[in-house]
Amino acid sequence: MATMNMIQALNSAMDVMLTKNPDVLIFGEDVGYFGGVFRATDGLQKKHGVQRCFDSPIGESGIVATAIGMAAYGLKPVIEIQFADYIYPAYDQIVSAAARLRYRSAGDFTAPITLRSPYGGGIFGGQTHSQSPEALFTHVCGIKTVIPSNPYDAKGLLISAIEDEDPVMFFEPKRIYNGPFDGHHDRPVQPWSKHQASDVPDGYYTVPLGKAAIAREGNDLTVIAYGTMVHVALAAAADTGIDAEVLDLRTLIPVDIETIKASVEKTGRCVIVHEATRTSGYGAELTALVQEHCFYHLEAPIERVAGWDTPYPHAFEWQYFPGPGRVSAAMRRAMEG
Amino acid sequence: MSTAPVLPNKPQLKLHIPEPKHRPGDKPDFSHIKVPKAGEIRKPDINVAAKDTLDIAYSFIRVLGEDDKAHGPWDPKVDVETLKRGLKHMVTVRAYDARMFAAQRQGKTSFYMKCTGEEAIAVAQSAALDPEDMCFPTYRQQGLLISRGYPMLDMMCQVYSNERDPLKGRQLPIMYSSKKHGFFSIAGNLAMHYSQAVGWAMASAYRGDDRICAAWIGDGSTAEGDFHTALTFAAVYKAPVVLNVVNNQWAISSYQGIAGGDESTFAARGIGYGIPALRVDGNDFLAVYAVTKWAADRARANLGPTMIEHFTYRVEGHSTSDDPSRYRPTDEAKAWPFGDPIERLKKHLIALGRWSEKEHTDMEAAIAEDVRNTQKEAETYGTLGSGKTASVKTMFEDVYKDMPWHIRRQRQEMGV
Repeated sequence: MATMNMIQALNSAMDVMLTKNPDVLIFGEDVGYFGGVFRATDGLQKKHGVQRCFDSPIGESGIVATAIGMAAYGLKPVIEIQFADYIYPAYDQIVSAAARLRYRSAGDFTAPITLRSPYGGGIFGGQTHSQSPEALFTHVCGIKTVIPSNPYDAKGLLISAIEDEDPVMFFEPKRIYNGPFDGHHDRPVQPWSKHQASDVPDGYYTVPLGKAAIAREGNDLTVIAYGTMVHVALAAAADTGIDAEVLDLRTLIPVDIETIKASVEKTGRCVIVHEATRTSGYGAELTALVQEHCFYHLEAPIERVAGWDTPYPHAFEWQYFPGPGRVSAAMRRAMEG
Repeated sequence: MSTAPVLPNKPQLKLHIPEPKHRPGDKPDFSHIKVPKAGEIRKPDINVAAKDTLDIAYSFIRVLGEDDKAHGPWDPKVDVETLKRGLKHMVTVRAYDARMFAAQRQGKTSFYMKCTGEEAIAVAQSAALDPEDMCFPTYRQQGLLISRGYPMLDMMCQVYSNERDPLKGRQLPIMYSSKKHGFFSIAGNLAMHYSQAVGWAMASAYRGDDRICAAWIGDGSTAEGDFHTALTFAAVYKAPVVLNVVNNQWAISSYQGIAGGDESTFAARGIGYGIPALRVDGNDFLAVYAVTKWAADRARANLGPTMIEHFTYRVEGHSTSDDPSRYRPTDEAKAWPFGDPIERLKKHLIALGRWSEKEHTDMEAAIAEDVRNTQKEAETYGTLGSGKTASVKTMFEDVYKDMPWHIRRQRQEMGV
């Protein structure tokens, strides 16, 4: 057991898998010798060799396409798209090829790639280093979408993703790489070392895909969140004093409907939170699911808190970011409804 | 009313829109294509630098001459049995195409695509590659499947989307897939597979395997980013891959100039990436065989990728949904200066004294009979719309390895 931040935990997951499975290899922009712009692959090339962890050209569609070809061959490529904002050149390869290869070949060929990508705002990255494009992928059948919220889960989920036999989009909330940011941007930064989830086993373990976690148990209201917003929701619960149950989805597709159902049936109230823009965001899907599965238990309209429907503005980071103030307000509305 | 601005001392700019030389009603004339004599083009060592293939990328490697004999350094000196097998496979492809095209016209399927005039490419390349080598084809390389012994019955059942369709009715006809035959699942999204093929080749090299990879793309879709991405990645990692461009002159109604073929050759694209490039008479079975062998030898020797442009002509429409008489002269194929691949190989075998018109006619008849019988058998499993399909339940399978709850629920909602 060691104390790890999220980057160290992700690095450890890849290290474990490179050691365990010779079919695992890692590539992407700047991931080799340098170890990645966020240091997630630091030291892996040196330890495992240049063929196991190497730099790619700046060509996201090529990174994904070659990974698909490798997976079709029988390897387990783990690729990094440096920022989720740069994933769009690869969108066709993900949607038209990776997601559908198993289906269109009736199981003959498969593309079990793991695509890691830092996403989300809160780092003054402006509109090209802050986006949360997860809903563009949850809408696509044939791929899984995973978003961890802490070091322990990040490692266990990444190992599960690499071992999974389907393509997995693994979005990493980069604002919480170094600490559990709760949206109170004017307060001192908290390191992971003070958080329980920074206790990470050195070796192999998994956190299963498709299973949500309960980040905080509560009786009065359910907050459904993932990634950075889990910590924001916890802060909002503390700020408001509302006995909220905070769900950390961990996997968006396939989503853990049973945990959602059990919680909303218990509390009768639901707030859905994400950083991504609101319209047609994943929150819309969650709202529909809660409505379909828990309608007769609801005592108030479902609330959604999300990024505004604008590009991510550099100068207005904290007006844009759905911080604890906005989440708290939504929680209060849901309690009054 | 807007008028062009008058800028003194500067010439007025003009937007160039490429146009093919001939449109319906014109007399086709290909005299602008400089066709070298068979045997005229040199054969470099496989260790050649990309820049030293420039002349070849702008000419045509040809082996079969006007005298129906093999000439020059590219003569692969293939044994007669291989040639006869190639001829048989090409005739089979053409017969298969004819039956399936007709089946579409009879309403037995929704769609079909022929490769008439281009048969030598897939068939000769299949003969030159090892059976274990991996292929990432387009929809005009059905010859690979036929050469590699994939059952024609399965091909037909796939075209019919019937109850025996190996792809369970999920794919458009002709989008075959067979891992066992080293034939990657075809997609309608053109060019995407080209860079995937590079990844497959990289994986083979990573594993220290001895299998190489080959990929095909049409002239039209070389304009896609994936083509250029594939060349970059293939060059960077010296991937053991043979990158083929089948320039059949037409991408649906757009002539190859719309893909940039007027300004340079497609083969020459490779040189800019550091990939040795060959341009070959794609209707010359021996030449196609020879260049493929050369490229495969390069890949096997860890010398990396090779770009091959196969210069050919799409004799038929793009698909059953196309009417080429709307955009090109109907007799263009007859004027094509590189002839017909089947006819040329047949004449070569006759010139060698190892084949005759009678044997050829008999073979054609026997193959036509076989194809007809296979078609009859395929139709016992159903044709599109006959109601004989895979179980509709299977529609929900293979989206993921294990069916997640939400898809299971949708299946239940459908009541199956």
